[in-house]
Amino acid sequence: MALVELRSLTKRYQTEAEIISVLEDVDLNIEAGEYLSLMGPSGSGKSTLLNLMAGLDQPDSGTITIDGSEITSLNGNQLADWRANHVGFVFQFYNLLPVLTAFQNVELPLLLTNLSKDERRERVEVALNVVSLSDRMEHYPRQLSGGQEQRVGIARAIVSDPVMILADEPTGDLDAASAEEILTLIERLNSEFNKTVLMVTHDQHAAERAHRMMYLEKGVLHQ
Amino acid sequence: MRHARLVWKNLTRNKRRSILTVLSVGVALFLFAALQSVLTALDATSEVGSESRLITRNATGIVFPLPEAYTQRLRSINGVEAVSWANWFGGTYIDSRNYFAQFAVDEGTFFSMYPEVQIDPAQLEAFNGEKSGAIVGQGLMERFGWSLGQTIVLQGTIFPGDWEFVIRGVYEPDNPSFGDENMYFHYDYLFENSGEAATPGWFIVRPSDPNLATEVAARIDGSFENSSDPTKTETEKAFQAGFVTMWGNVGFLVRVIGTAVFFAILLVAANTMMMSSRERVNEVAVLKTLGYRDGLLSRLVVAESLAISVVGGVVGLTAAAVTLGNNEMLGSILPGYAVLPSTMLQGLAIAIVLGLISGLVPARQAARLSVVDALRRVA
Repeated sequence: MALVELRSLTKRYQTEAEIISVLEDVDLNIEAGEYLSLMGPSGSGKSTLLNLMAGLDQPDSGTITIDGSEITSLNGNQLADWRANHVGFVFQFYNLLPVLTAFQNVELPLLLTNLSKDERRERVEVALNVVSLSDRMEHYPRQLSGGQEQRVGIARAIVSDPVMILADEPTGDLDAASAEEILTLIERLNSEFNKTVLMVTHDQHAAERAHRMMYLEKGVLHQ
Repeated sequence: MRHARLVWKNLTRNKRRSILTVLSVGVALFLFAALQSVLTALDATSEVGSESRLITRNATGIVFPLPEAYTQRLRSINGVEAVSWANWFGGTYIDSRNYFAQFAVDEGTFFSMYPEVQIDPAQLEAFNGEKSGAIVGQGLMERFGWSLGQTIVLQGTIFPGDWEFVIRGVYEPDNPSFGDENMYFHYDYLFENSGEAATPGWFIVRPSDPNLATEVAARIDGSFENSSDPTKTETEKAFQAGFVTMWGNVGFLVRVIGTAVFFAILLVAANTMMMSSRERVNEVAVLKTLGYRDGLLSRLVVAESLAISVVGGVVGLTAAAVTLGNNEMLGSILPGYAVLPSTMLQGLAIAIVLGLISGLVPARQAARLSVVDALRRVA
């Protein structure tokens, strides 16, 4: 059984004038430990697919089963709990909380667990060590470069040890050198820590570093 | 408690705004405490008079005196146990702003009618033995730094001239609402030195049976009905309440204006809190993505507004208690004026309700926020 199973997934948006079909009858299997990239023009439905897989949005029809849980049948609170335990989300614009230090940002998902303060500290230190930012723990986002902020974002995504990492254009706001570091880090998470990764990107070079490339156009997924 | 740091960080992210909001709430609650204490003091003043003492005054108005001869006639009325009398002096001390109540009283009968006025018997004896002697409240002694035996000079207004008094006694009331800023001196001294005919301003009557006070009052007024100076007799409590009703409109105005200003400030504070929350919509979306439940996010938002309003409330109420609690000026105008613990508790309850209400809307918005829409806006 695949880690991720999408069956006949359809998502439409209603505007004043028309109904726009964003995803049309999408089927997809992702095996545990896979590293996939998803490309497509703007508005093709990439982010929508990612949001559906993260349980942030609901499809109009079809099912999503991840690690044995059919998330399309879960309610709001169940989805929140499921996200906390199963998914790490990496954003294009990092989305760190500016009032918190790197350490405190990474600790946020762990505040939802029953871990003690010492256990949380240990886990955060490990996550920041993985992204090579042990020396920036007490820095605030404004004191970090874009690449460093994204690495903190990745540490936050992996600190609760999720089965899957969903990255929405993680290099989209970075210079070439920083983007290369982030791509290397994501590769490492996949190869060394066996994380299943789905990365949305506009960058052909970034997409080619994945094991499998997919292309989404007008709501139809080409694998 | 795990999220206390997050709440604290959010509260301090814009320190100036948070401090100003705390101060807005503080000012509103200060105002509440000040005005509520005025109303409480007014209510207490109307309660201070006794139900078992009667006040007999000229039916035409309190400013018109009564003949001294009424004393004996009052004593002879069935149901009257004791009679005393007093007059209003209306002087000032050094400066016209130094105003306090002074009463010319009959030393032989007045203090036995007022057991709530506590005086050392030796001091009372010294007062009785000296024509220009005076008994003043402990509050006045402190206010002007007077000492026992000191001679003070008051400038008369109703009875013009400089009037010398020697302080022979200090009283303390057993009820704060009675006031400790009154001065009592000899009725005879007033009229011997003013050169005017001795005419009591009002009589104080103690009925032999307090339960028959109303009947005795009717009997008194009935006996003077056809005289040149008809009387109006009522219980001291009703007499005091009559004075307070002169404040009635002031009380109403204080209540209306205070409430309007108070709510205006509260709306400003609530709006600021909501604005602060709206600015962080994307952060709420990120927290939802991390697995934060809607309920938890709502509680965090409410905790922020609650913290601001409670801190503001404590600041405002403490400031009111410290600055108004022992305010001499207020105390002299409104005896018994004090910021009571019950007022503080009411203020704190208001602060908590404000925090909950102002946090409710942003909390609801946070709970209902669509992560997808919020993240799309950020992108």
